[in-house]
Amino acid sequence: MAFLEETVRGIRKDIVKMIGKAASGHPGGSLSSAEILTLLYFEQMNVDENNPKKEDRDRFVLSKGHAAPVLYATLAAKGFFPRAELENLRQLGSILQGHPDMNKVPGVDMSTGSLGQGISVAAGMALAAKMDNKSHQIYALLGDGELQEGLVWEAAMAASHYRLNNLIAFVDNNNLQIDGAICEVMSPFPIDAKFAAFGWNVITVEEGHDFDELRTAVEAAKKSADKPTVIICKTVKGKCVSFMENNAGWHGKGPNADEVKQALAELEA
Amino acid sequence: MAEKKSTRQAYGEYLVKLGEKNQNLVVLDADLSGATKTNIFKNACPERHFNVGIAEANLMGMAAGLATAGKIPFASTFAIFGAGRAYEIIRNSICYPKLNVKIALTHSGISVGEDGGSHQSIEDIALMRVIPNMTVLSPADAIETEKMMDAAMAINGPVYIRLGRSDVPVLFDESYQFEVGKAGLLKSGEDVTIIATGLMVGPALEAAELLKTEGVSARVLNMGSIKPIDVEAIEDAAINTGAIVTAEEHSIIGGLGSAVAEVLCDVAPVPLERVGVKDVFGQSGKVAPLMEKYGLTAKDIVTAAKKAIERK
Repeated sequence: MAFLEETVRGIRKDIVKMIGKAASGHPGGSLSSAEILTLLYFEQMNVDENNPKKEDRDRFVLSKGHAAPVLYATLAAKGFFPRAELENLRQLGSILQGHPDMNKVPGVDMSTGSLGQGISVAAGMALAAKMDNKSHQIYALLGDGELQEGLVWEAAMAASHYRLNNLIAFVDNNNLQIDGAICEVMSPFPIDAKFAAFGWNVITVEEGHDFDELRTAVEAAKKSADKPTVIICKTVKGKCVSFMENNAGWHGKGPNADEVKQALAELEA
Repeated sequence: MAEKKSTRQAYGEYLVKLGEKNQNLVVLDADLSGATKTNIFKNACPERHFNVGIAEANLMGMAAGLATAGKIPFASTFAIFGAGRAYEIIRNSICYPKLNVKIALTHSGISVGEDGGSHQSIEDIALMRVIPNMTVLSPADAIETEKMMDAAMAINGPVYIRLGRSDVPVLFDESYQFEVGKAGLLKSGEDVTIIATGLMVGPALEAAELLKTEGVSARVLNMGSIKPIDVEAIEDAAINTGAIVTAEEHSIIGGLGSAVAEVLCDVAPVPLERVGVKDVFGQSGKVAPLMEKYGLTAKDIVTAAKKAIERK
């Protein structure tokens, strides 16, 4: 347990540092989903950092592709590529594009960035696994604002229609999008009832930063008999950096040097 | 009268043969399997045919996901919905990661007929051609459709195949060879070159015959491969015939005519006349009168050829 806590702390520090260095990027939604990725890559997923394309590996699709920093920090921590690479985030010629590129970054299973598309692709991956009688899991991470995209619901309908119980989607429900509170911009609520109505197995995690709660949810999701599962995680945008927490202004901007310093001090504490 | 068959029919039938040869081939449709003819594959191989319902964006997204796992998806719907509605999914989830998805869209062009302007795609070549990593193929008949499907299978990456609804004469026989990036020389000529694609290849050959009766020698090139395009064949036509006409069942903006114009201004500017839909939407009607109304007949090609020659 302490291991996961220490790991996620390091991932958060890397997120802040790399976005600060790049002077652009999306800290809020990266920090809110750090526990989800940490649990997946360091405990739940069958992946091999020395063989990123291993055929029967579990897949992860960052449907909210703008949270690339959390994926990069996690993959680097896991050893898919050197942590030093994180300093090149968003720089010309870097493998670490503003949004994930599966052909550039070892360990990235799908190029994403345009919202709503990742979950559709993940459904296709899950269907392929079913066709081949493979037992690996397909994980996807959606933003709550992303649920405003119509394609999410086209994919949701298809995933239950094809009984893709090997598909587990997380919703990073941090309640904020670029323009403000999701309930004010365009409410996706009730999220649970919507997915249930689309034929999904629905699990709500009240504390989306608690590894035990997340683990319990994932273990239950893996047992879903014939439905895809959505795990709605109630999270805090900008989690663990006081001035970023619950602030839509930190959706997509880089902290300056002083802000990085303060954020790192808070994360050390 | 030559045998007639629609390219969509040829597509559906040949999918079955390709599917027998390659077990990774899967077919996706969006509730139009009767019209796109993928139902022929469905009847032969139901376990590899997926109807995602009326959801073209998800059609392309799921095709991308299947491709990441080594499947070779053929995704089909009407051209307007596939290239239009699902454009950005094709761009970002298929072409950007260069996934091995074949996008075979039917009901392209004005020859959709009675369904009218909402369903007649006159911009799909432009939309697909502009995306990096995409190959764009536009067969003239049933045989070329099959050859292009073979060629698409040999490419590890996205390919767009533009198919039609209406029956068109079978121009080629089994000996026909198609190569991506190569134009087919259908007729030699010296005064003008007609470069045609899709169902305009037939009228282009007719136009060459009409021109011959007036003492004009027209070369005819079948440009089935719109991207990559055959730069050498266009350059040779420009240098040796001095005037070019393009003919396509697509908007004159962004399609074959534009692609040829791009090559000409790079390598050998000569007079170019573009036969195509002149930046207007189509409408309901029978195919033949529609083709006349929108200037897509052999006669229109003849007029354009004369104009191009005059401009030399």
